[in-house]
Order: sequence, then structure tokens, then C-alpha cells
Amino acid sequence: MLHMDNEIRVYIYRGYERFWHWTQAFLIFFLAITGFEIHGSFSLFGFEQAVDLHNKAAWALIILIIFTIFWHFTTGEWRQYLPTTQNLKAQLEYYVTGIFRNAPHPTRKTLISKLNPLQRLVYLGLKILFIPVMVMSGLVYMFYRYPKDGAIESLGLADLHGIAYIHTLGAYIMLAFVLVHVYLITTGHTLTSNLRAMITGWEELTDHDNDKPSAIEADDKPSSSEEAGKTT
Amino acid sequence: MKNILAFFLSVIVPLVIITLVLRDAGKENTLLAELREEYSRPHVPSVDHSKHEVLQRDFDNPHEITAACLSCHTERGSEVLGNAHWNWERAAYIEGRGVTYLGKKNLINNFCTGIASNEGTCNRCHIGYGWRDGSFDFSNQYNIDCLICHDNSGMYDKARGGAGYPVPGLDFRTIVQRVGRPQKDNCGYCHFHGGGGNNVKHGDLEMALLTASREVDVHMGVDGGRLECVDCHTATNHQMLGRYYGVSSDNTQRLHCEQCHTSFPHTNRKLNEHTIKVACQTCHIPHYAKVNATKMYWDWSTATRRDEGLPYQVLDTLGNELYTSIKGDFHWAQNAVPEYYWFNGTADHHLLTDIIDLDDLPVKINTLFGGYHDPGARIYPMKVHRGKQPYDTHYMTIIQPKLWDAEVNKGALWVDLDWEAALRTGMEYLNLTYSGGHDFIETEMFLPLNHMVSPSGQALACSDCHVRSGGRLASLDDVYIPGQSRSAAIDYFGVLLLITALGGVVTHATARYITFARRKVRTI
Repeated sequence: MLHMDNEIRVYIYRGYERFWHWTQAFLIFFLAITGFEIHGSFSLFGFEQAVDLHNKAAWALIILIIFTIFWHFTTGEWRQYLPTTQNLKAQLEYYVTGIFRNAPHPTRKTLISKLNPLQRLVYLGLKILFIPVMVMSGLVYMFYRYPKDGAIESLGLADLHGIAYIHTLGAYIMLAFVLVHVYLITTGHTLTSNLRAMITGWEELTDHDNDKPSAIEADDKPSSSEEAGKTT
Repeated sequence: MKNILAFFLSVIVPLVIITLVLRDAGKENTLLAELREEYSRPHVPSVDHSKHEVLQRDFDNPHEITAACLSCHTERGSEVLGNAHWNWERAAYIEGRGVTYLGKKNLINNFCTGIASNEGTCNRCHIGYGWRDGSFDFSNQYNIDCLICHDNSGMYDKARGGAGYPVPGLDFRTIVQRVGRPQKDNCGYCHFHGGGGNNVKHGDLEMALLTASREVDVHMGVDGGRLECVDCHTATNHQMLGRYYGVSSDNTQRLHCEQCHTSFPHTNRKLNEHTIKVACQTCHIPHYAKVNATKMYWDWSTATRRDEGLPYQVLDTLGNELYTSIKGDFHWAQNAVPEYYWFNGTADHHLLTDIIDLDDLPVKINTLFGGYHDPGARIYPMKVHRGKQPYDTHYMTIIQPKLWDAEVNKGALWVDLDWEAALRTGMEYLNLTYSGGHDFIETEMFLPLNHMVSPSGQALACSDCHVRSGGRLASLDDVYIPGQSRSAAIDYFGVLLLITALGGVVTHATARYITFARRKVRTI
């Protein structure tokens, strides 16, 4: 027997977090489809309908982002994204070599530290750079002409090229991110444990350290789960 | 579970509400209904001219009719003397030329080329009597032909080759008692027949508009608005709104759709935003020459051919001239798709004295200014008339030939079929030099389309322009049109990025599978 580790179940993703994640996933998927149709890559809804749906999905995503920013600050979850170099190299090595040797995950997932150092960096980049750039370029795209006082006003952009290029480039980067992201889901304890965690909130982990509590009992109440987290 | 429910409620409910609020409410376009109501009221004349004593007589001389008109309308004569319909030229400031006095009087085109030396026939369409040559008195208001615009009897007619005088034998007593506001056939008498035949020149102005359905022209259609020309082309003191840029240069006295329809004509916000860069005509005139064909190409170089010594003509099955010995070869188009260009309402013209730039062919007979970065410019649909016309191979200038004369051996091409004589006589008439060497050069002329507006359901759809290839605006490369425009570099980079990501994932997954399989074997 090679695997002597105990399997433990840990509560990682709370209700709102899962709702946010899946809503965002759906909206981004939908924005990509309608967006690339607007780009002229293919025809599905028809241009007019695609623009309409893209704009509505964009507003839905913006509202979701606003709620989520609020959630991050009220719950203190924003700290999850504080970057750290600790174990960063180890995490990279895990993906490059360790995973093939069935080496253990170098970082341990808990409710208070659910992101590995690599994820911290990537998601921080998404949140403070990528999403703001996409949202801002999208809003400018939407409002570079706008009606005001019985006339059509302009934001004073020389032309749309730059904004459109940024927004398109961002869309490609987002697609590439999603591709890698979806693949990395399979690198958890089992192929589906990460996916199940984002659906149920509970993730199966391998407990390499037997001195740690074998299971962290937590329920949906944030206060008690935080306490549970603190004990680890 | 309760918390999840609370979260869903607190997020989804506002999301749904906000999306509903942001949705464009299905507002009804009440403006159109108001316009329909306003323009369906019949025009009621304030005067019955048959009751005027001064008109209860026979007239032998058309100048006497003008005098009779002016005896009541005392100031109208001097108004008309200042009018472009009368002078066939206007003062305009043209960038690079300064103040110019240009118009049909002295400009060339690539249809019948120009009026100089041909006034006897061309000026049948002048609102005057007797402009046969340079001696015409533009300051004499008794030379004005009031009837060509104001005859409501339908009986008035000007003579061919009559320099604007009416055909002999008209019943003026009846005609003068039935004058009034200009009707479509008054304007159409000249404007439908520019270039020498019905719909030859404009493509969107032709006799079919007198009887057409609203599918052809939603404004003038007999089952549409039934509008008269002057309902839109309103006039103050005989100064009419509306410009034809074959002869105009200024962005003044123009007639815009917005004057009735406002700049917020749509209930859809996105469509209204288009009006800042796209003229109404672009979407709402998807085709022109919807009934009869219009001339698209006129090759003068093949004129003067004879068949067994005689001039001849070739017609197509619809009766359109494909070749005539006096004019050359023609191409026609029916239900034509416009070309699209930026236009800011100002234009320049190629003058008879301008030197042809062989590096910039075809010669632009008129240049319409504008571009995406010009805030005053919008995209307009245009008929572009192309052709070949004579030029001086030594002086590199366009030549004005003499085309028409009442007699033979006066140098008129249409009479004698002799190019050299026609070119020499035409240029002599203008006191311009002709080297004696001529050839034919490609020219083009831009005619913005304003009529034959289709019902809204037949307007262009988004995907007519917002499409990767083959869009209506495919030739405009200075504007970013979503769906059509793209950066090839970004698309290549993006696809490369996706391929790299996919490749990385597949490689990584394969390696995982192989190492996993090996471990499994070892474990067994």
C-alpha cells in the first residue's frame, strides 16, 4: 500500500462564494460567445441580438462584481489574495514535476487559506488588473457615444480601435485562462475533488500530517466555520 | 441552507430588477404618427389665379406672362434673380481655392460634360427664357420663366433646343389661370431628366416617383406619404433647401432628414447613437434606381462610330441605350447598391483649367470631403458615375466639347460626329486653349443619394455592415466597425495563445496519464 494518508473533508467554499463563482463562470462563458460573435468570429444569435445579450450579460457581471467586492471586504476574504512568495516555487515545482511523481500538494487548503501561492498571484492579477481593464474598456466601448440632452454626446475618443483591441486581447487572455483553469481543476486530490468542492463547498483532501485534526467540522455558518478555521 | 437562500435572494433579485430597469422599454415612436398627421393635411391655395383680371387674356409672348406675374408678386422677380436656380452658380469658399463662383454655368460633369457652347439645348432646363449664349441678361427679371415651376395645369412645356422658351402654340390663357405651388412634375421636369433622359443622372429621382408605391419611396409613394418635393425642400423667398453636390460646394442651405425626424428618430438607443457618424440615408436607402435603370458608366471614347455611314444606336431589352453614335457606350443599373463614403457637406470640383494628375486616376470630377476623424462628416450612400471623357493630352486638362447645334457644320458633335471640330469649337467658345491633341480619360463623379427612402422594415440591418467580409461599409478602412474590423496581429496572437494553452494542457495531461499508468504498473 502506497497511500497511507487519511482522507479528510474540509469546508472550503461558502454559499455566496460558490454562487458567485458559478454565476461568474456562466456570464464569462456567455460574454465570450456573444463577444466573439460581435468580433465577427462566427454567427450564432445574429449581430444585433449578440450585442444586446453581451451588454446585458456585462451589466449582470458588473453587478455581480460589485456585490462580490462588498462580500470580500465585509467578510475579510480579500486577504485570501494577499500575495506571498512562500511556497510559490514549491507550487510551481509541483505542477512541473511533483504531480507526475504523485508528490503531495505543497500547500494545504483550508477555509482561511484556500488559494495556493500561485493562485493568489493569478487571482490577484485578475482582480486588480484584468477585470478592471476589461470592465473599463467594455464600459467605454458601450458609452463612447451616449445620448444626453437631446443629442448624441461622445467621450472624445479619437476612435474605437484602441478600446476594441484591448477588449479583444483581453477576451483571448480570458479564454486561455479558462482553458488552463478548467484543466487545473483536475489536479486536486482526485480528478473531481476540486469540482465537487466548488459545487458542495466540501473538499476531500489528503491529510499528510496526522497531528492535524483529522476533519474540520464546519457548517454553513460563517462564524463557526471561521472559528473552525482558526483552530487549524 | 437558509444562508444560501438568503444570498441567492439578495443577489438574484436585485440583479433581475436592475436588468429589467436597464432594458429598453418598448417605447412607441409617436413622432412618425405626428408627422403623418401633419403632412396628410392637404395644401389649400390661398389664391385662385383664375379670378385675377390680369390673367384673363391671351399671351403671345412668354415674357408678358412674367410681367403679369410680377405685377402682383412685385418682389419675387428680384428674389429669383439672386437664386441658384436662376444663376446656375453660387459663391462658395473652397479649401485651397478660396472664394469661387461655381455652378452648372461653368462646371463640368461626366454625363453630357457641360453646358458651355450647348446652352441652346441644355438650358431648356433653365428657369428663364433665352439663355442661348453668353449674352443672356441675368439682371432682367422679365427673362424669368415662372411657369416651369408654378404651372399646375400640366400643359406647360419647354421647347427642345429652345434655350428655355416654351413650345409654340400653348394655351397660355388656361395655363396662367392654373398656377400654384410647385408639384412633383414641375421639379421633375428637369430634375428627373438630368443627363439627358429619365433617371440618367441621379438614380434616385425619376418619373416613377409620380406614381410609385411606398416601397419605392416612402415619402412620395402614392400609398405612402404622398409628399410633394416642396414639402421638404421648403423655400424662403425662393431660396430652397437642398443641395446637389455635382454643382454645390458649401455645407449650407442643406436639407436634412433630421429637420422632420429629429436626431432621435429611433426607439433603440444604439441606433440613435449611429446618427453621429452615419447619415440616415445610409441605412434607409438600401437600393436606388428601384424602378427604372440609371446610368452608371458613360464612355465617350467610342462615340462617332457609324454603321454604313450612318449614326446608330443599340438598346437593351428594356429600352436603355447601350450605345449611341453621338454619345458612346453606356452601362446601366437597376435596383443598384450604393457605394459609401464619408461626407461633411463640402466639396471641390475639377475645373476646366485644373491640371489632371495622372498619378491620381480616375479624375474626380467632384471631390466630397470628409473622413472618420472629421467631426462634421458622416457616412453617406452615393451613386458613383464613372466614365471616359475627352482631355487635352498636351495641357492635361478636361475639354469641353461642343455637342449641340441647330445647324450642321457648326462643330457640334451630335450633329457632325467630328471630335476634333467639337473639341476645338467648345474650347474656343470658352476662350480656353486646346492643343489639338486629345484622348479620353477615366473620370468619376459622386452623387449622394437622398430619395427613394425605403419603408423602415426594409432598412439595412445590423449585419449588413457588422459582418466580417462583404459588408456594405467594407471599403471604409478608417473606422472601427465591430464585426468587420479587427487587428490581424491581435487575432493571430490570441489564437496562438489559445493553441499554446491547449497544447500545454494536453501535454501536461498526457504526461500525468503516462506517469500514473507507470506507477499503477509498479504498484501491481
